[in-house]
Amino acid sequence: MSDEIRDQIKGVIEGEDVALFMKGTPQFVMCGNSHRALEALRRAGAPVTAVDILPDPRIREELSGLSGWPTIPQVFVGGELVGGADIVEELEASGELQRTLRDKLGERQDAPEERVVTVG
Amino acid sequence: MTARLQELLREAFPGGEVAVEDRTGGGDHFQVSVTSARFEGLSLVEQHRLVYDALAAPLADGTIHELRIKTRGAS
Repeated sequence: MSDEIRDQIKGVIEGEDVALFMKGTPQFVMCGNSHRALEALRRAGAPVTAVDILPDPRIREELSGLSGWPTIPQVFVGGELVGGADIVEELEASGELQRTLRDKLGERQDAPEERVVTVG
Repeated sequence: MTARLQELLREAFPGGEVAVEDRTGGGDHFQVSVTSARFEGLSLVEQHRLVYDALAAPLADGTIHELRIKTRGAS
């Protein structure tokens, strides 16, 4: 079961342009730091794919095992860990997040879409 | 609790500047700022990982409910 969750998480990280693992969903955010990360990504025009980690404690365990990052939220762009809320806010404010998105995703981010996928 | 976090960070970043703020007064939401030569040449992810390593114990035992991190290289 945990292996299955781990594989699904890997699939999201590697398969989605911008993956946001958060507490709650973009429609119903359950944590201040998840909110900060989501808003910074929105300001940067990122096509966010969100995963709610709250439904099953194993999601968070497996995610932190994979990323080596102990806290939530966690943001990945093009399969790479960008960081948590503080880093994403800092990179958005400096314009570096926007540059990273352009470099990794090309022009696809011109019509950003937000969606939620379920793991577990 | 603020003092304990400060001590852990000072041990991990000797000679650096460390500030810890209890954001809510409840002893579990913290803002930490660290300026250290150890951050030179590292990405933000790597810098924050060093802070997480220093605070691994209070993160693991649930003492820290929410952590905000600001890092700066000392030059």
